[in-house]
Amino acid sequence: MQFGNLLTSIVDGLLIGAVYGLAAMGLTLIWGVMNVINLAHGPLIALGMFSIYLLFSNFGLNPYLALLIAAFLGLIFGILIYFIAIQRVLGASHLSTLLATYSVNMIIIGIGTAIFTTTFRNVDYSLGNITFGPLTVLGTRAVAALLTFLIAGSLYLFLYRTRLGKYVRAVANNRAAAELMGIPSTQILALSFGIGTMLAILAGGLISTMLPFTILSGGAYELKSFVIGVLGGLGNPLGSLVGGLVLGLLEGIVPVFMPNTWVPVIEFVIFILILIVRPTGLFGVKK
Amino acid sequence: MKRLMNPGLWITLLIVVALGLWPTITRNAATRELVFTILLAIGFASSLNILLGYTGYVSFGHVVFYGLGGYIGMYLFKQYNSPLWIAVPAGGLAAGLLAFILGKSILHLRGGYFALVTIGVNEAMRAFINTLKPFGGPTGIELDFSVYKPYGGAANALWLVYYTAFGLALLFIIISFMIKTSKFGLGLLSIREDEDAAEVMGVIAPNLKTWAFVLSAILPGMLGVLFFFKNGNVEPGDAFRLGFSIENLVMIMLGGQGTVLGPVLGAIVYQRLRGLLLVSPLFKNIQLSVSGVLLLVIVLFIPVGAVGWLRNRFPRLRRVLP
Amino acid sequence: MVTKSLSTPTEGIAMILNVQGVTKRFGGLQALTNVTFDLPEGQILGLIGPNGAGKTTLFNVINGVYAPEAGQVIFRGRNMTGKKPYQLAKQGLARTHQVVRPLNELTVRENVIVGACFGRENHRLKQASKIAEEVLNFVGLGGKIDQLAGSLNITEKKRLEMARALAARPYLLLLDEVLAGLNPTEIEYMLNIIRQVRDGGITIIMIEHVMRAVMGVSDRIIVLDYGKQIAEGTPQEVSQDPRVIEAYLGDPKLAKKLMEE
Ligand SMILES: Nc1ncnc2c1ncn2[C@@H]1O[C@H](COP(=O)(O)OP(=O)(O)O)[C@@H](O)[C@H]1O
Ligand SMILES: [Mg+2]
Repeated sequence: MQFGNLLTSIVDGLLIGAVYGLAAMGLTLIWGVMNVINLAHGPLIALGMFSIYLLFSNFGLNPYLALLIAAFLGLIFGILIYFIAIQRVLGASHLSTLLATYSVNMIIIGIGTAIFTTTFRNVDYSLGNITFGPLTVLGTRAVAALLTFLIAGSLYLFLYRTRLGKYVRAVANNRAAAELMGIPSTQILALSFGIGTMLAILAGGLISTMLPFTILSGGAYELKSFVIGVLGGLGNPLGSLVGGLVLGLLEGIVPVFMPNTWVPVIEFVIFILILIVRPTGLFGVKK
Repeated sequence: MKRLMNPGLWITLLIVVALGLWPTITRNAATRELVFTILLAIGFASSLNILLGYTGYVSFGHVVFYGLGGYIGMYLFKQYNSPLWIAVPAGGLAAGLLAFILGKSILHLRGGYFALVTIGVNEAMRAFINTLKPFGGPTGIELDFSVYKPYGGAANALWLVYYTAFGLALLFIIISFMIKTSKFGLGLLSIREDEDAAEVMGVIAPNLKTWAFVLSAILPGMLGVLFFFKNGNVEPGDAFRLGFSIENLVMIMLGGQGTVLGPVLGAIVYQRLRGLLLVSPLFKNIQLSVSGVLLLVIVLFIPVGAVGWLRNRFPRLRRVLP
Repeated sequence: MVTKSLSTPTEGIAMILNVQGVTKRFGGLQALTNVTFDLPEGQILGLIGPNGAGKTTLFNVINGVYAPEAGQVIFRGRNMTGKKPYQLAKQGLARTHQVVRPLNELTVRENVIVGACFGRENHRLKQASKIAEEVLNFVGLGGKIDQLAGSLNITEKKRLEMARALAARPYLLLLDEVLAGLNPTEIEYMLNIIRQVRDGGITIIMIEHVMRAVMGVSDRIIVLDYGKQIAEGTPQEVSQDPRVIEAYLGDPKLAKKLMEE
C-alpha cells in the first residue's frame, strides 16, 4: 500500500473515530452519573440518523440545521425515557436497569421497523472533497469530526464550568451526599439521561451524513460505544473521545495488515482484556 | 432421594411432560415445531437461571454457549459424520469448557461489568468465527440432506431431535432443582444475597460461581447442537444473536428468577405470546414493541416475576414452590 | 465466676492469634500503624478506641477482607497474611459485622446454615440445620427461624449475625459492636451469651463502645487511636491510663462514659 493511501486510511479512521467517540460519550455519561448501562443507546443513535434523514429529505432542511432540532428533541425524549423507564428501577438490581433500557430498545426498534422497514437510507448531501497534498478527505467527514470536537468541548465546559454541570458531577460522585447538599438529584438525573440521549442523537445525525443506515444500524455503534467506553473509562465522557480516536485509528490501520474481518475480533478482545484487568478503563479515572 | 418428593418440582415436571407429549399425541409437525421452540426456551432459561437466579450474575451474552455448541456440533456432523449422540455431548462439553475458562477469568467482575464483558465475549466469538475458515467464515456450515439418513430420513431425525430436547429439558429441570436444594445451591444463594458476607462465612465464592457458570452453559451448548442440526445450517449471525440471550432473560424475569418453576412458566408464556403477536395482523409489525412494553411493565412493577409474586403474596408457597 | 488470668501473655501459653506489625493504608489515610499483639486462647480481648480509630479495619485485616501493606497475621500458628476471608473461615475464624449483613431473601435458618455448612466444620445440610436450630435457640431467635432474614428488626439482625458466626463453631470469634444500639436488657442478654461462648472455649475479640460492658467482660483491653495502639492491659490499667483518657477527650461523649466507670 502506498504512503498516501495509508495516510488517507489513518485520517479517515481518526475522523470517524471522533464520531464514534461522540456516540460513546452519551453512553458513558449515563453510566457515570446513574450507573446504568443504556441498552437503548443503539436505537437512539438510529433515531438520530432518521431525524436528520426525515428533516433533510422531507423538508429540505440543511442537515446541520436539522442536527440542532434533533438535538433538542433528543434532550426532551431522553428526559421522558428517564421518567418512564429508568427512575423506578434506579436503585434496583443491574438486571432491572439493563432490561428496562432494553425494553426501550425493543419499543423503538419495533416501531422503527414498522415505519421505516430495514432498507438502507442515506442522507444525500455532499460538501465535496478537501485535499491537502497526498491527502483527500470527504468534506462531510471533516465537518463531522470538527463538530464532534465542538460538542465535546461544550460538554466539558458544561460539566466543569457551569453550576448545573457541577451538580451533575456531584450526583455522579455521591448521590446521597449531593442530596444532603440540597441538589435536586431527580432533576439532575433526568437531565443527565437527556444529555446522554442528545449525544447519541447527535452522533447518529453526524453518521447519517457519512454512511448509509437502517433502523438497526445503531446496534453496531452501541457495541463500539461499549468498547470505547471501556477504553476511555466508563463514566468518563471525555475519555470517550480519546477512546473513539483509538478505535478509529485501529479501524484505519488494521485492514492494511490483515483482512477487515479481524477488526471486530481485535476490538472485542481488547474490550474483554481491559475489563478483566482494569475495569475502570485505560484512561479511566475513579468509579 | 427424599429431596425429590417436592410438589413444586412435580408440578413443574408435569407441565413440561404434558407440553412435550402434546405433539406426540397430535402427530402434527407444526405443533412439534412450536413446542420444540418452547422446550428450547425452557432448557435455556432454566440453565441461565442457575447463574442469574441462584447466583445473581447477569450473563447477557449467554447465547455464546448455544452458538459455540451449535458450531462444534455442525463441524462434527460435517467433517466426521459424527452421530447425534456424540455431537450433542460434545457441544455441551465445549460450552462447559468455555464457561470454565471464562469463569476463572471474568467472574471476579461484578454487576454491570460482568454483564458487559459477557456481551463482549459473545461479540468477540461471533467476530472470530466469522474469520474462521474451518467453520466456513461468514457463510457458516451447511449440512447435506444425507446427514439425516442414518436416522431414517429427515422426518424421523426431526422427531429424534425433538425428543432429545424434551428429555434434556426434563433432566435439567431436575438438575436445577437439585442444585437449588443442595448445599452448593445454598452457597450460590448466599453469593447472590451478599457475596462478601458469604465469603466471610467460608463460602469459596470463586469456585462456586465458576461451577454455576459451567452448569448453566452445558445445556445451552447441547441445545445449540440440536437446533442447528435440525436447521441444517449455522451462520455467525444466527448462532451468536445477542437478542436470544436477552429474550431468555425476559422469560426468567417473567416467570420469576431464582425459582425452578419460574423460567419454565416464563418460557411457555413468552413463546406463546410471541407466537400470537406474530400471527396477529394488528401486532405483527410492532410485535417487538408490544413485547418491549410488556417487558417494561414487568421490570417496573413485578420484578420478582409471577412465581416470585405468588411466593411473596402467600408465604406458605415458599415451601411448595422452590 | 471463673477467675480470669490477668497476667499479660508470655511464652509457653498457647497463642491463637499473633498480629505483628500490621499496617494498612487507604490512599493517603493511615488506618493502621504497626499494630502488634498476641492473643492467648480462651480469653476475651476488648478492642476500644474512638470512631475511625481503625478497629473495624483491624478486623478486616485479621479475617482477610483487606491484605495489610506490612506485617503479619498468624492464626493458630499459620501465617494467614493476605489469605482470603473464606480461607480464614475454614481455619476457624468467624466474625460479625458492625453494619449487619443478613442474607435478606433467605430464611433465618438458611442464614445460619450457611455459617454451619461453609465454616470450619463443613457440615452437610441436614446436620447444619440441626446446628442452626440449636444456635438460634441459644441466641433467642428460635421463634423466628422460618422468617426471611430481611424481615427481622435490627436487634434480631444482630443476634442473627452472632448465630451465623457461632454456627461455624469457630476457634476465634470477632465481634464488631454487637451491643451498639441495644437497650440495657438486651445488652445484658447479649453479654450473657458472650460469656457463655467464652466459657465454651471460644476465644473472642470484641470491639465495643459500651464501656461498662466491655470493661466488665474483657480479660484484656487494647486501645486504638488513629490506627496506633496507645494502650494495652487489664481493664483496670487501661481505664487509668492518661493517654486513653486523652484520646477519648476528642470524643466528649465517650470520655464522659469512661469517667463514669
Ligand atoms: N474501604 C475503605 N476505604 C477507605 N477508607 C476506609 C475504608 N475502610 C475504613 N476506612 C477509613 O479508615 C479509618 C478507620 O475506619 P474503621 O476501621 O471503620 O474505624 P472504627 O471501626 O475504629 O470506627 C476511617 O477513617 C475510615 O474512614
Ligand atoms: Mg467500626
